[in-house]
Amino acid sequence: MSDKKIYAIYDDDYVLLESAKHLVAKGVYIRDVFSPFPVHGLDPVIGLKRTRIAIAAFIYGMIGVSLALTGMWFFMIKDWPLNVGGKPNFSIFTNLPSFIPITFEFGVLCAAHGMAITYLLRNWTLPGFKSRNPYPRTTDDRFVMEIHTHDNEVSEEEIKSLINETCVLEIDVKNS
Amino acid sequence: MHKEAVIREPLILGNDVTYSKISDDVLHTIEHAPTKTWKILMTIASIIALWGVCCILYLIGTGIGVWGLNNTVGWAWDITNFVWWVGIGHAGTLISAVLLLFRQKWRMAINRPAEAMTIFAVFMAGTFPMIHMGRIWMAYWVLPLPNQFGSLWVNFNSPLLWDVFAISTYMSVSLVFWYIGLIPDFATIRDRAKTPVSKLMYSLLSFGWTGNAKAWQRFEEVSLVLAGLATPLVFSVHSIVSMDFATSVIPGWHTTIFPPYFVAGAVFSGFAMVQTLMLIVRKAMHLEQYVTIKHIEYMNIVIIVTGSIVGVAYLTELFMSYYSGVEYESYAFINRFSGPYAWAYWTMMTCNVVSPHLFWFKKLRTNLGFTFFMSIIVNIGMWFERFVIIVTSVHRDYLPSSWSMFYPTWVDIGVYIGTIGIFSVFYLLFLKYFPVLAFNEVKSILKSSGERYKNMSDEDFKKLHPVKKIN
Repeated sequence: MSDKKIYAIYDDDYVLLESAKHLVAKGVYIRDVFSPFPVHGLDPVIGLKRTRIAIAAFIYGMIGVSLALTGMWFFMIKDWPLNVGGKPNFSIFTNLPSFIPITFEFGVLCAAHGMAITYLLRNWTLPGFKSRNPYPRTTDDRFVMEIHTHDNEVSEEEIKSLINETCVLEIDVKNS
Repeated sequence: MHKEAVIREPLILGNDVTYSKISDDVLHTIEHAPTKTWKILMTIASIIALWGVCCILYLIGTGIGVWGLNNTVGWAWDITNFVWWVGIGHAGTLISAVLLLFRQKWRMAINRPAEAMTIFAVFMAGTFPMIHMGRIWMAYWVLPLPNQFGSLWVNFNSPLLWDVFAISTYMSVSLVFWYIGLIPDFATIRDRAKTPVSKLMYSLLSFGWTGNAKAWQRFEEVSLVLAGLATPLVFSVHSIVSMDFATSVIPGWHTTIFPPYFVAGAVFSGFAMVQTLMLIVRKAMHLEQYVTIKHIEYMNIVIIVTGSIVGVAYLTELFMSYYSGVEYESYAFINRFSGPYAWAYWTMMTCNVVSPHLFWFKKLRTNLGFTFFMSIIVNIGMWFERFVIIVTSVHRDYLPSSWSMFYPTWVDIGVYIGTIGIFSVFYLLFLKYFPVLAFNEVKSILKSSGERYKNMSDEDFKKLHPVKKIN
């Protein structure tokens, strides 16, 4: 049996959220939802785990902080202890106060850019990539659920009739 | 269904607002040919920008001797303009980051134009230290690069180097924050585009955004974490700018109050510039339903608060110069308010300390014409604040025989006016080709803060958005 994609198209985020709750309660697995803006409260309903991107950002930030400190230790203490006005640079600890600003800035720089790059790669969005939303209006005022027949034990007809119990605008079926 | 308290005024006005109407209203300028007003403004801005570029090229070709600087006043309009532009560039990230952390919904309607302003303003600010180097082709010397002079590195103890890192971090992080928010909005334009050229252009700009549930989840997390990172960044950047002055031993500069005082001043001037721009944009682009009087009023309240902080800082500075008992410190301030630059000091005092308090009157802070007038006054006042701090502190130093005055030359004025022109060109291009409001985020607050939904009872809401079909 070939896998079929059933698209349930709604015109409102609230209606979609309530319908998703209804379908999930009946045991339907919703593969994905396309919407013009984040629908709050949807993630736990369709079983999405929380993203770990913030942890990644923290790691990038720590890398930035250690790079900055190592760099400044090398430039200012080890390689050329610059002596301005009879105030030489003896050790990283005595000099730490004046290293704080750049350590902070560089940490933020690495965290923000590292996270942005991770975000773009994980979403698979980069210049020149093709979008995968099924209908152009899902970026404007349509909210669409994607249900795969393969993911569900119930038949296609049954899923459709369950969707039809909700105030759906349109149901569309595509072969994948 | 989350509902907001009824006493909170709606942030989206009108009973006819739907999701598609929000897109239509905001994207109207992008999807239609440019208007005559836009073309006229663009022509004027381009001429001024071209003039600015010519002045900068003349400056680089001849040397910074063409500015009015002299032995005593080695820093004048260039650094004044630098700090002025950086200050303006503080409101955008403050609106998008700090207000996001505080979950202020009114930020949605103004964060995009404010962030655009931030990026262009910081870009203009960055120009000044670069052209002040004289030999701009040596600008890469500010980076810690291996070089032919033995292993001489840049001085990491110097606030001027901190500034290099701070400004470049601030600019690139703001750009990333702004662009990540823009991607979904570009996707909407792409999916509505009718001509192949705009389709191609916005496909490239939107990076193939799909808007699936996981992408939106990541989007919200990234926005939150970036806001968390950008908030201390905003405060650190202007603190570091103030340390350019505060860590030197010039009377009038060498004070510990500088970092908070500069940050408050930056937010103050930034919000004033947002007001100047938003009042024109909402009128010209018919966005009165989304940028309401309430938004303007909220921003005016921020102006009262930061203006008061600035006022307290001025008076503290004045008192401390007397209380410290340091002769030179006292003289620097006596000279400020009674010396040859007293006119600049009193202009600053009037514009920044006295005038914002007119906003305590509700009638005045909800009056658009008055707000526009005040925003210009604050911009002028904040320019003079930097001029007063920089020029009046150095024009009379320890040796009376070297006291002098600063007179700007036509190049000083030309470069300053020119940067306003370049800024305007960027801003006008932004208004025409970029989504001016973060309209997809505005859609997400329609139900909680839209006028139509606020006045609706639960029964009416259920009637309007039925979930189950009645058989």
